[in-house]
Amino acid sequence: MTTGPSAVELDRRAYRRSRARRSTLGALASTLVFALLAYLTITNAPGWPRVRATFFDLEIARESVRPVLAGLWVNLQVLLIGAALVAVLGLGIALLRTLRGPIFTPLRIVSTIYVDIFRGIPLIVVLYLVGFGVPALRLEGVPTSGFVLGTAAVVLTYSAYVAEVFRAGIESVHPSQVAAARSLGLSHRQTTRLVVLPQAVRTVTPPLLNDFVALQKDVGLISVLTVTDAVRASQIIVGQTFNFTPYVLAGLLFVLLAVPSARLADHFTVRALRRQQGGSR
Amino acid sequence: MTQAVPPERTTSPGSVVLRCENVVKVYGDVPVLHGVDVTVREHEVVALIGASGSGKSTLLRCAGLLETVDDGQIWLDGEDITDPRVDPDQVRRRFGVVFQAYNLFPHMSVVDNITLAPRIVHGIAPAAARDEAMALLERIGLTDKADSYPDKLSGGQQQRAAIARAIAVRPRALLLDEVTSALDPELVGEVLSLVRELATQGLTILMATHEMGFAKQVADTVCFLDQGVILESGPPSQVLGAPVEARTRQFLARIVDAGRL
Repeated sequence: MTTGPSAVELDRRAYRRSRARRSTLGALASTLVFALLAYLTITNAPGWPRVRATFFDLEIARESVRPVLAGLWVNLQVLLIGAALVAVLGLGIALLRTLRGPIFTPLRIVSTIYVDIFRGIPLIVVLYLVGFGVPALRLEGVPTSGFVLGTAAVVLTYSAYVAEVFRAGIESVHPSQVAAARSLGLSHRQTTRLVVLPQAVRTVTPPLLNDFVALQKDVGLISVLTVTDAVRASQIIVGQTFNFTPYVLAGLLFVLLAVPSARLADHFTVRALRRQQGGSR
Repeated sequence: MTQAVPPERTTSPGSVVLRCENVVKVYGDVPVLHGVDVTVREHEVVALIGASGSGKSTLLRCAGLLETVDDGQIWLDGEDITDPRVDPDQVRRRFGVVFQAYNLFPHMSVVDNITLAPRIVHGIAPAAARDEAMALLERIGLTDKADSYPDKLSGGQQQRAAIARAIAVRPRALLLDEVTSALDPELVGEVLSLVRELATQGLTILMATHEMGFAKQVADTVCFLDQGVILESGPPSQVLGAPVEARTRQFLARIVDAGRL
């Protein structure tokens, strides 16, 4: 039989299409109106000519692209090294916190205190304490470079967050999975490695990617340790020209860097949602 | 406490594989098992019946060392497995456990589920483990699902895969915990016929079940559990056909009323 949809169904589809067209047009119109209003408000503001000259100077922007990009490369290095260390350290702390048995109590307490402290302190305070406090100790063999200490401070803070994400993932794996693995004779370690962690990591991939996006912009804070990153490079030019355009440029570059990661995080979130809702169990 | 005399160690047909003696289990303040004795001999199928909450699953979990007993002893092939000096991983690998909710590993394909313990616990080479798993899957008619993930399988197929996973390690005894309770009625048959086949092949099985008709056909011994004690046990014809205890008769009458026998 090759009969198409009935007349009733065709009518319903036509109605839905017309409704969809109307709401699309409405949304488009309201967006345009809002953009126009915002543009007019800003460009008619009394201080606009000054703001344009100080924040959106194309000439200065062109001159600062090279140093700011060179600084961004430093940020990127801190980001990639930091993210790798955070993943390892965060997972390690999460595993310590899930250990059972009285022998592990000290480790569990230490990791809990660690997480409590570093989730509580503002990152900038950690940067100052590590970046200026550690070199002041004048210990033999301890690095004093702002790059290394800044990365260390970022890793210390983010590991605490990521440990909590991993722990939530580990706890979300149903105990029946552990029972099934143990009943087959797998040890506690084998069960964790082969059954619990693979499922936990899958669950927490979207929130982890979100933390990665957050880390991406927070690496700009290492500029307070006089590391010549994108923010610091902009600051230097601002100090010479008294023009804030390099900050706008650095901000734009950070946004461009974050967009792919953010899209990736969205993609994984949607996929995880679909998997959860699609499952029949 | 004085050590009871362990049962004989030999494994000739008819010898004792699993023996529970005076097993007690308490959850918080709630006593679940009040001193249960069950003996499962080689090639024998023992069915535990009783209402929900009577302690059937708890007894299986205690036997499989997924729970610690609060008193009493359990022997596997003459070894007291409730002794804390015994390595529980060594004991668990000698059992095959099948759960009510299948508990397949969702991040592994069916064949990986089956070969996990042979590879990791029993040190069998991956290729050999896979060959054996494929042979098992052929027996249970799931060859085409070998590389599928569990969520692509029906409940009955998942449970059959879970049974394959449990027998892939050639266990001394199979512990089946209401393996059909989570299944749609039309899928119960395929799982029961697989269990029946395993029983015919001589596997030693201790199972908790609500399928009285099945227990009658397959079990050598039926134990009726009520509030943590075994009220009555014996051949199915006696326990299910001519029960002595009033509670057993009451329980069976309710099952008959529900159309399950």
